[in-house]
Amino acid sequence: MLKFFDFLGSLVIRFIEESGRIMLLFIKTLMWTFRPPLNLKNIVRQMEEVGVNSIPVVLIMSIFTGMVLALQSYTGFRRFNAEAFVGTVVALSMVRELGPVLSGLMVSGRVGAAMAAELGTMQVTEQVDALYALATNPIKFLIVPRFLAALFVMPVLVILSDIIGIIGGYLVSVTLLGTNSTIYIKRTWDYMKLDDIYTGLLKACVFGIIIATISCYQGFNTRGGAEGVGKATTKAVVLSSLTILISNYFITAMMF
Amino acid sequence: MPNDGQQYIKPDSMIVVRDLYKSFGENHVLQGLNLEVTRGEDMVVIGGSGTGKSVLIKCIIGLIKPDKGTIFVDGEDMTSFNEAMLNEMRKKFGMLFQFGALFDSMPVWENVGFGLKQHTNLKDDDIRGIVTEKLNLVGLKGIEELMPSELSGGMKKRVSLARAIAMEPEILLYDEPTTGLDPIMADVINELIIQLREKLRVTSIAITHDMVSAYKIGDRIAMLYKGKIIEIGTPDEIRNSKNEIVQQFIQGKSEGPITRGE
Ligand SMILES: Nc1ncnc2c1ncn2[C@@H]1O[C@H](COP(=O)(O)OP(=O)(O)O)[C@@H](O)[C@H]1O
Ligand SMILES: [Mg+2]
Repeated sequence: MLKFFDFLGSLVIRFIEESGRIMLLFIKTLMWTFRPPLNLKNIVRQMEEVGVNSIPVVLIMSIFTGMVLALQSYTGFRRFNAEAFVGTVVALSMVRELGPVLSGLMVSGRVGAAMAAELGTMQVTEQVDALYALATNPIKFLIVPRFLAALFVMPVLVILSDIIGIIGGYLVSVTLLGTNSTIYIKRTWDYMKLDDIYTGLLKACVFGIIIATISCYQGFNTRGGAEGVGKATTKAVVLSSLTILISNYFITAMMF
Repeated sequence: MPNDGQQYIKPDSMIVVRDLYKSFGENHVLQGLNLEVTRGEDMVVIGGSGTGKSVLIKCIIGLIKPDKGTIFVDGEDMTSFNEAMLNEMRKKFGMLFQFGALFDSMPVWENVGFGLKQHTNLKDDDIRGIVTEKLNLVGLKGIEELMPSELSGGMKKRVSLARAIAMEPEILLYDEPTTGLDPIMADVINELIIQLREKLRVTSIAITHDMVSAYKIGDRIAMLYKGKIIEIGTPDEIRNSKNEIVQQFIQGKSEGPITRGE
């Protein structure tokens, strides 16, 4: 029993320690972000990596999510004759929750893993040390571009995801379920507030920061060759996904 | 900056390591290590795998923070430096990493020209000119556009060497410059290191367990064992050392005090 508490205690301490280190890296990243010069070439390259290459997965994910949302809410709403509100529900769910969260999870799986693997490989092959030796700060050179790319690209991806999701819902409702097209669009627009969109975009930015910071942290703290890189990659994806889901709740609660 | 009196540094000492300690948990790697490297000298530190040779030079260039002890670089105690001062100090250094540590994402010319790009206002064309010159210096031609993954082990080391000297540093650190190379390529690297010292008049520290290389490039050789320098001297002095540990190591014998765990 005592052993169990011992174990639990050390787990809690490790968790707090690790969170502290991640926060510290985040603060250092912020400080380096505002120190000129900005390496535009690297930022653009990372935006391409984070953004452009994520578009296909995000599109496919969003259209199917929108479609299934329409089907499910139609099934439920028909039971109390509220079918007309399918459009509203699809739009609100996409914009407030599913667009940001699902894009966040997708990007953490795709981009977070890639960041951790790339920086982890650089760490174990001494390329990070080589940067220091060449009097270049690796946070500035490697993390800042990834951080900025994730921060700016996530909202764009989320807007795209929202639009495609809503289109998916529209297609299912109008072609499969026989909803009137004008009514569907009207119900979508009339009940959407600017607040909903802001909440979604705020989430997108926070998730971008979470993905970049956690994945870069894991990459920089990789030890022990190829095996270590594998571990760092897994940890980056799991940790950033969990952090996204948890912080998602708190952002929603805060904006309630 | 003048020293604080009590710690006298000879003016011709480029690097002075005093009473250096470094542990990783229970693994006590450096335990009171002392070493002085004179300006323009080629110091070779020998020692078995895992004895802390890499840790020593990483402490000197500020990549690892020692637990205790001082390191003077060009008369200044770098263990008291903050990150910005360390960064400034590192511009005096060039380092050749054990496996090259070339940046995978950049072609050869950007690797070699990295320091110039970061720290000077030179135009790309000028940087390319200097890169070609440095590559020629290490015996490479026409590989500017290749990616590191397209190079052999020996070429990677030479490109990395070109990168280390691109900013014309005062001090060069070599982490196992010949390990993993065939004997001929190893000799090419040895010759390069000797040439560089003559052409660029740099101070250098090379760590290695390759005795052929150590005898060839070292002005003096120091042996690292159990966290300390146990013997230091010219190649001849080391060859004729009375220390059994040194003798076992340089002769590469499996029987002796090292393997008996003394
Ligand atoms: N960053 C580190 N964290 C933990 N242990 C380390 C680290 N760097 C080196 N070590 C340990 O220090 C010892 C000496 O390593 P190193 O200096 O690389 O040996 P070598 O003499 O072969 O270059 C080894 O036992 C190694 O495991
Ligand atoms: Mg080593």
